[in-house]
Amino acid sequence: MGQILIRGAKILGGEPQDVLITDETITAVGTDLTVSSAEGAQVIEADGKILLPGLVDLHTHLREPGREDSETVLTGTKAAAVGGFTAVHAMANTFPVADTAGVVEQVWRLGKESGYCDVQPVGAVTVGLEGKKLAELGAMHDSAAGVRVFSDDGKCVDDAVIMRRALEYVKAFDGVVAQHAQEPRLTEGAQMNEGIVSAELGLGGWPAVAEESIIARDVLLAAHVGSRVHICHLSTAGSVEIVRWAKSKGWNVTAEVTPHHLLLTDELVRSYNPVYKVNPPLRTEADVMALREALADGTIDCVATDHAPHPHEDKDCEWGAAAMGMVGLETALSVVQHTMVDSGLLDWAGVADRMSFRPAHIGRLEGHGRPVSAGEPANLTLLDSAYRGEVDPAHFASRSRNTPYEGRELPGRVTHTFLRGRATVVDGKLA
Amino acid sequence: MKRHLISAADLTRDDAVLILDTAEEMARVADRPIKKLPTLRGRTVVNLFFEDSTRTRISFEAAAKRLSADVINFSAKGSSVSKGESLKDTALTLEAMGADAVVIRHHDSGAPHRLATSGWIGGSVVNAGDGTHEHPTQALLDAFTMRRRLVGVDAGLGHDLAGRRITIVGDILHSRVARSNVHLLHTLGAEVTLVAPPTLVPIGVERWPCEVSYDLDAVLAKSDAVMMLRVQRERMNAAFFPTEREYARRYGLNGDRMARMPEHAIVMHPGPMNRGMEITAEVADSPRCTAVEQVANGVSIRMAVLYLLLGGNEPAVTAGNGTSTRTEESK
Repeated sequence: MGQILIRGAKILGGEPQDVLITDETITAVGTDLTVSSAEGAQVIEADGKILLPGLVDLHTHLREPGREDSETVLTGTKAAAVGGFTAVHAMANTFPVADTAGVVEQVWRLGKESGYCDVQPVGAVTVGLEGKKLAELGAMHDSAAGVRVFSDDGKCVDDAVIMRRALEYVKAFDGVVAQHAQEPRLTEGAQMNEGIVSAELGLGGWPAVAEESIIARDVLLAAHVGSRVHICHLSTAGSVEIVRWAKSKGWNVTAEVTPHHLLLTDELVRSYNPVYKVNPPLRTEADVMALREALADGTIDCVATDHAPHPHEDKDCEWGAAAMGMVGLETALSVVQHTMVDSGLLDWAGVADRMSFRPAHIGRLEGHGRPVSAGEPANLTLLDSAYRGEVDPAHFASRSRNTPYEGRELPGRVTHTFLRGRATVVDGKLA
Repeated sequence: MKRHLISAADLTRDDAVLILDTAEEMARVADRPIKKLPTLRGRTVVNLFFEDSTRTRISFEAAAKRLSADVINFSAKGSSVSKGESLKDTALTLEAMGADAVVIRHHDSGAPHRLATSGWIGGSVVNAGDGTHEHPTQALLDAFTMRRRLVGVDAGLGHDLAGRRITIVGDILHSRVARSNVHLLHTLGAEVTLVAPPTLVPIGVERWPCEVSYDLDAVLAKSDAVMMLRVQRERMNAAFFPTEREYARRYGLNGDRMARMPEHAIVMHPGPMNRGMEITAEVADSPRCTAVEQVANGVSIRMAVLYLLLGGNEPAVTAGNGTSTRTEESK
């Protein structure tokens, strides 16, 4: 029997307490706990660090199968562990697309083998992400991967009938459709947020209305068929208003925001540095503030990274030729601390809610997003919130380096991550 | 002057006036029997064109050759990605060949900015038109043409365009010429009005230092220069306007409209013209239209820009036999 005693940790930011882990489970929480036998036991002095439930990401691109040059399930889950995550949802836009039971089971199995972080595959809504024909959603649910979240992320399910049918169909197994809200005709050739900066830079505009019109349609559809819809990477103040309205009606609508949309604005695009090229694009300061407020008041349910690794050559080029996306797993908690906690908008219990409890609940994940109390699975993240340091992508566990935060000072560092009692990260390094 | 010319917005008023004054000196060379200066002898200028533009390329080529630079034309038409070679590798190749200046035309907005700031090359970068972003030498040659016509060739020296009212008409949304002109003309003190159907005005234009009107007839009488932009006929397929004829009726410049302009006012066009679309033949061929003059002025402006970026601070045109040459200077 292995025991780990974490001494003096501020659980969800509360008063320092001790947490005893025995094998895979939290067996005691209290003060002045001791290990039952010194043999095989390990004591971690938390010294007032913040103890959170293991983080859960609803939106991760692990790129395997198909783009192993940018990330694999192994490297991606290592990055997740370093970032304090114990479960990630692997998006379906791989090569081949995760639109069959075979592919989702492959990703699920690779996750099991990695051992750094649980991997819950997301299934495609439509065959090949083409938006034309429903993929075998039931088969993916019934597979070993047990898929509950379906998404064509990267592409919008823009056909209203296909979206309606998908929403209806997944009700049979309590599934959810996670929509990448982007009206395709309004975003042809889109390169950045449409507004003052795009007008000056002469880059094709991605208007807020292209996101908001799809969200408005989909919350109405979800209400009409009595299903639940999840909005991926919500990025505009207008989208917040629509989700707030839908929730006020009691409709089953959830939404996520990425760390980068909580911090960065389209002003950064003036550098034409493709590290800032992302979809949906970086918006304005007013949008950033509305997103922070919505995350604080719960209109936005959770933070999801949209971790999107790309090889160096896909960013080391002119803006128009560059790939869209940013890595985010290893910096997510720091950005949330910076934008939400240090700004006073959210306390650590709120962070646990938005980065663990709620995403786990939306994904219907078992064993994740649980309280830090006796009898619960020992999925935990220990954060040194007093730490300040510059982001150095050279030290990333991810195979890719396309972070917008290089050289930026951010607070907080995950010192330990535990996946069912096993330390995946010790003193900030992979175990 | 900075080391690169990427955006007209980077030019101060004094930079811009210096370029215009230098271009006047260069224009005098064109009147000599031997239209050549030794100023950039031994220097290499690369014309790196990712997009077809014979006019702009030969203008830069003529400018560099009149300054005795070695000119290499590098046509890399098509996207760098589809060609398989990245902009970076192309840039490293040119650097290895010892390019002192790279004149770049690219279909992507921001490509010259990337080239100048990425550390891939050490020479000067001149933006010869990038996507729908900017075309600063076009704006400079337009300003040069305006100053000559509206202020005077000699009287204009040392002066800007303060108080002149310039109207730019057409596809503002997709126009790099309009963007550069708005910046530069504002810097030079002119009052700019953009005229277009609302579909061809960018969202966000309210921050530009200019006025916007949807009514051409309302602004003609108070314009010192009316610049007509090329409007691609295929724009109507994307519903920017219903038909070619409707566009020409509402926003085209014809003889009647030209007659309502002040007597001294000029008509400008960056070329190539769509006769019958944004401009009628009557206007295009009238003495008030400066389209051909703009081409000639383009060579003088580009000589001035290359000289100022590469040649340093010595007089471009010497009083003597013109043999003074700078061989060693920092770039």
